[in-house]
Amino acid sequence: MWDWPNLTEGIQSALAPAGPHAGWVAHLSWLIFIGGGLILLVVVVMAALAMFAPERFRRAIGQRRTVIIGGVAFPFFTLTALLIYGLSGSSGLVTFGPPALRVEVVGEQWWWRVHYLDAEGETRLTTANEIRIPTGMPIEFVLKSADVIHSFWVPSLAGKLDMIPGRINSYRFAADKPGVYRGQCAEFCGEQHALMAFYVVAMEQDEFELWYADQVQPAPEPTLAQLEQGRELFLANGCGACHTIRGTPADGLIGPDLTHVGGRLSLAAGVLPNNVGTLAGWISSAQHLKPENKMPSFGNLRGTELRAIAAYLENLK
Amino acid sequence: MLLLAAGFGLAACQSAVPVQQQIVDANPERGRQAITAIGCGACHEIPGVQGAHGIVGPSLEDFGQRQLIGGVLPNEPTVLIRWVENAPSLIPETGMPDLPLSQDQARDIAAYLYTLR
Repeated sequence: MWDWPNLTEGIQSALAPAGPHAGWVAHLSWLIFIGGGLILLVVVVMAALAMFAPERFRRAIGQRRTVIIGGVAFPFFTLTALLIYGLSGSSGLVTFGPPALRVEVVGEQWWWRVHYLDAEGETRLTTANEIRIPTGMPIEFVLKSADVIHSFWVPSLAGKLDMIPGRINSYRFAADKPGVYRGQCAEFCGEQHALMAFYVVAMEQDEFELWYADQVQPAPEPTLAQLEQGRELFLANGCGACHTIRGTPADGLIGPDLTHVGGRLSLAAGVLPNNVGTLAGWISSAQHLKPENKMPSFGNLRGTELRAIAAYLENLK
Repeated sequence: MLLLAAGFGLAACQSAVPVQQQIVDANPERGRQAITAIGCGACHEIPGVQGAHGIVGPSLEDFGQRQLIGGVLPNEPTVLIRWVENAPSLIPETGMPDLPLSQDQARDIAAYLYTLR
């Protein structure tokens, strides 16, 4: 049995809007779907009449007047009205003045580098593959690319915008209610383009502030022997050449910042759920799970060592 | 109709699970969903689970017919449930971590694994 798709649910559906910008896009889309459907219906009926109606009727609709009204006047007025309606609605969504929050997102092959900026544009916090925002206020997204053209798209919150090397694009949008929304790169950027997703987590303002205050802290110190061993192994295996864990000697910039990796929803840019098991799997086999990403597979680790590193990272909340 | 067929297929699988591998009150379908949610596919190839094509651990194809777990322990329900939940407690050298699963989830997952034959 085929069921009607549920259009009001889904974490990555433009038809399940969760903010004013996506709401407007969905509203315009429905207007065009329904209006276009009605026009198509009229055209089909007219075509049927032109072929099968009695001659007297066919002669009546075959006049020059029909062409001028149906072919010139109607599209002119309909499309003009639609354009004015669309532009006036969109302009109502534009906000001026300093934004509530500025988040810089840099597209990489194949993950997302995320910087939270202060009013002067300085980076105050770096994270990856997950963007947390407060609800109810427009956030400015500053979009860049480190390599090829990517496109930043969170269908439930707003339309897409390209990330172009050497160019900075920015736009603002908001989330109405707390929730988890999935985003996806919308511009082919290489072999693993389809595995380049991320989550936007919208939180109440005070909850967001608690989260932010926690995130700017360095990584928590290991409390158990196994976690301590995990940190030692992380450093000994050279993971710090590519990854930063603030509060440790690891200060690499090639890969995602892992300071609070255990608190994120997903691993490898939305590819895997995040837990001690998938962390171990990813460390051991990153090249198999997402070929040609920049992280090598660490096949040199013994079971106990792999588990120690995974447990250490999982505890970085 | 499809649902019916799927239900029938699953029932057929369960009935193929020998008595000594049946787990009371466990639900293989729920187990399959838990496998997806946890991401066991990062390390294992698991028939019937979308995207589960990992190579860190062994493939779980025909797991119901496997004689040993981790190459060491007998493949029987009590051992498997414990293994799924906390493998290092049975074999300290294993690469499989202590997973964040409830006892019920572990039972469901074990029940699903026994349908693989």
